[in-house]
Amino acid sequence: MFALLETVHALGLLSCFALLGTSRIGACIRWLSFQGILFGLVPLIVHQGGLGWRAALLAGGNIALKGIGFPLLLLRLRARAETNREVEPFVSFVMSILFGIFALGLSVWLTSELKPALHQAPFVMLDSSIFLILVGLFLIISRRNALMQVIGYLVLENGIFVFGVITVVGTPLLVELGVLLDAFVGVFVMGIAIYHINREFGSIEVDRLSALKG
Amino acid sequence: MAAFASVISPVCALVLGPLLLALINRTKAFVAGRRGPPLLQPYFDIAKYLRRGAVYGDATSWVFRLGPVVNLTVLFAALLIVPWGAIRSPLSFSGDLIVVAGLLAVGRFAIVLAALDTGSSFEGMGASREVHFAALAEPALLLALAVLARVTGALSLTPIYQGITASAWVAALPTLALAAMTLLVLALVENSRIPVDDPTTHLELTMIHEVMVLDHSGPDLGYIHYAAALKLWILGGLLVGLVMPLRSGALWLDGSAMLLGMAILAVVIGMIESAMARYRLVHVPQFIVGAATLSVVGFILILV
Repeated sequence: MFALLETVHALGLLSCFALLGTSRIGACIRWLSFQGILFGLVPLIVHQGGLGWRAALLAGGNIALKGIGFPLLLLRLRARAETNREVEPFVSFVMSILFGIFALGLSVWLTSELKPALHQAPFVMLDSSIFLILVGLFLIISRRNALMQVIGYLVLENGIFVFGVITVVGTPLLVELGVLLDAFVGVFVMGIAIYHINREFGSIEVDRLSALKG
Repeated sequence: MAAFASVISPVCALVLGPLLLALINRTKAFVAGRRGPPLLQPYFDIAKYLRRGAVYGDATSWVFRLGPVVNLTVLFAALLIVPWGAIRSPLSFSGDLIVVAGLLAVGRFAIVLAALDTGSSFEGMGASREVHFAALAEPALLLALAVLARVTGALSLTPIYQGITASAWVAALPTLALAAMTLLVLALVENSRIPVDDPTTHLELTMIHEVMVLDHSGPDLGYIHYAAALKLWILGGLLVGLVMPLRSGALWLDGSAMLLGMAILAVVIGMIESAMARYRLVHVPQFIVGAATLSVVGFILILV
């Protein structure tokens, strides 16, 4: 189990760095899909045999939504927006990657501080979840393109999901599925918002929105 | 016997180094549907360069003449330290991995000085780019070696490479895989291979390494070509020694496995060169920093 988690951890970190360093939105969406499937598997690995169909339902729902559903939605949005397909960050890619290294160090430190309180959680997954949250927040504030901000939100969501799965053992299924539903509604609303932004401004770059200020 | 074993790796490098370049060219030709030059072509080229006289510009000084010689000498020295997979190197002492990185840097420094000494702005541009990318590639090399040192708990290259066994791979699979990816990128960057530089272009403004050696001729150019082959052998050896964890102790078995690994590496590089286009110059630092990041991630993975 531990070796599996470590592999998930390493691949998850790589997908985050890929998101930080990739300049094409299409490639970012594919990395997001990869990440969704990867972390969707975590409940199956962590609750090995213990929870049976519940873990399977949780993993299946996550993979279906974050691995397949959201990426397809985002790809459609991107095709419809017909705008610039580059990410065009406020912060350069090299600096983004350096931030990633900093965030990784921070998350390792935070994890080692948190560890005494959450002793039943596997260390690597705790580390992953904090890192995902940091990278998600960073993507939201450092990217100009509204699609990339949705991607950042989903990375953040992945982090929260992993954190929930490994720390709270006895969460009712209803709550976990409710969170999933929230994320779904959130992305849906964001999709509609992006669609309207695109129709109004002919672009989905959020700094154009400053034109709204009177 | 022990003395014999320790000279194998430098002798193989000196004799077989240019063959690696030939294999890469052969692979590229094969993919492109050509027959390609004979496998001994790099040797013919170097022999021809050595027979010719050198031409020196009026503007150049002794620095220009010294560059290729220092570069080659430094690579000879590095060959004495770098092990070849399981086969130990003649010299081994604590901290020698930093010496190897330093030796590679000295060689580059000599070539860059020689390029600047010509006074040509074109070569100055190439030197500037070379140094820019080297400044990023060097930390990546040190980080990758630091990961290996951490995994094996040794501080010298020969014990490090002795320690990379199949069981080490099982214990630290993600980390070693990440370090291997960094070393592959470095083998491409340091040897001016395609995603970063194109070793066959002489006429484009985006070239990096080739532009620095435009003014060298005759034996000097031969030295530079031979040194390029040795550098590819050194960095390739570091990579192949990592991904091919056969440590049987039997010299012929380890040696032939390494030879096979080097041949596969040459084919892989040829494939990469055939399949990829060169990156735009602004994307190259991103590529190298990304490679260094892989090692940082690997390092943090074993820290926790």
